Amino acid sequence: MLLRLATLSFLMLICTSIAAHAETPTVELRIQNQQFTVQELSLPANTKIKLLVHNEDSLPAEFESYDLSREVVVPGHSSVTVYIDPLSPGRYKFFNDFNHAAQGWVVVAATKSNQGH
Amino acid sequence: MLATAIIVFREVLEAALVIAIVLGASRGVAGRGWWILGGILLGMLGAAVVAVFAGAIAETFSGTGQTLLNALILLIAVVMLAWHNIWMSGHGRKLAGEIKAVGTAVQTGTKTLAALLIVCFATVMREGSEVVLFLWAIAASGGQEFGMRIGGFAGLLAGILVGGLLYRSLLFIPIRYFFTVTGWLILLLTAGLAAQAAGFLNQAGLLPALGNSLWNTSHILSQNSVLGQLLHILVGYIARPSGIELVFYTGTLVTILLLMRIMQHKHRNHSPRISLHTQADISSPDP
Repeated sequence: MLLRLATLSFLMLICTSIAAHAETPTVELRIQNQQFTVQELSLPANTKIKLLVHNEDSLPAEFESYDLSREVVVPGHSSVTVYIDPLSPGRYKFFNDFNHAAQGWVVVAATKSNQGH
Repeated sequence: MLATAIIVFREVLEAALVIAIVLGASRGVAGRGWWILGGILLGMLGAAVVAVFAGAIAETFSGTGQTLLNALILLIAVVMLAWHNIWMSGHGRKLAGEIKAVGTAVQTGTKTLAALLIVCFATVMREGSEVVLFLWAIAASGGQEFGMRIGGFAGLLAGILVGGLLYRSLLFIPIRYFFTVTGWLILLLTAGLAAQAAGFLNQAGLLPALGNSLWNTSHILSQNSVLGQLLHILVGYIARPSGIELVFYTGTLVTILLLMRIMQHKHRNHSPRISLHTQADISSPDP
């Protein structure tokens, strides 16, 4: 009984999070010539984001961030999707784990309600 | 060259430590070397396949294919390790006794060897595919081919060395406590892998983070440091854990512990019959 309840709530959780995808704003990040095309990626505070990472090089890359706890291989000439849950204001470092010379920051600015901190 | 070595080392390390613990956990069991070697070789094959099809995998499930594959591989390893530990909680004492008496090639414990093969396979495939892709990336960029080969090889060797060191130091533990220690090691390792799987499911947008960073201890122990990396693999240390990672970590820990206790209890209830059995064995002339 407990197991069935747990399974049911787990499935509901997945369904609701899939439904939420429709309204998730999309932000794009590009890797070109072994560099991220932007060094600072601005994201809104407290908003779930769908991040599309495009690798325009022929070499594979690994988009990684300890601060965001994200890690994904982006093969050459392809794109991957990474979801980022609502972030509080701050700076979050990311890098290409296959080439640490390529790095950048996700910058989340304080919204009006957050100012004063 | 050094950068190559470090990156390969970090990828190999996780697989090497997991294999070291699995080797420890199957100590003395007949045929375990073949099963574990089989798992490693199958994992290498799987790594090559995953690396070759990385492009196709990445584009599936609207760009979350690779993340989902990682989560799946981790969850399979979690289930296999959990099953091994639960089984061992009922039979560990018997296994330790037999090893003390016969040394190696003990028949008890062969039951979970297939599970351990899958664990080695899954870990090597996951980490190995990244090594293959990474080395390919450097090879394709040309230039320092020789340095890359040396670096890659050094990284691989260093990873295996650390794994070997862990296994060697495990062997210093007296056999009486040995499987209790490996049991705890596997328990914490499994909880950590479950937390990693939760992170990937969240990254794929399937699970909510339940708070992006519950706390942040990166100023005390960075996950990027050697110790942070080691603890991340061995006990699931995360400097900035999300809520869902914590839920999976504690959920897995508590579930396995509970099932281990139940198994232990069940086994204890059977023990009168086992002792009768031993008496019969002693009275018969043939061992």
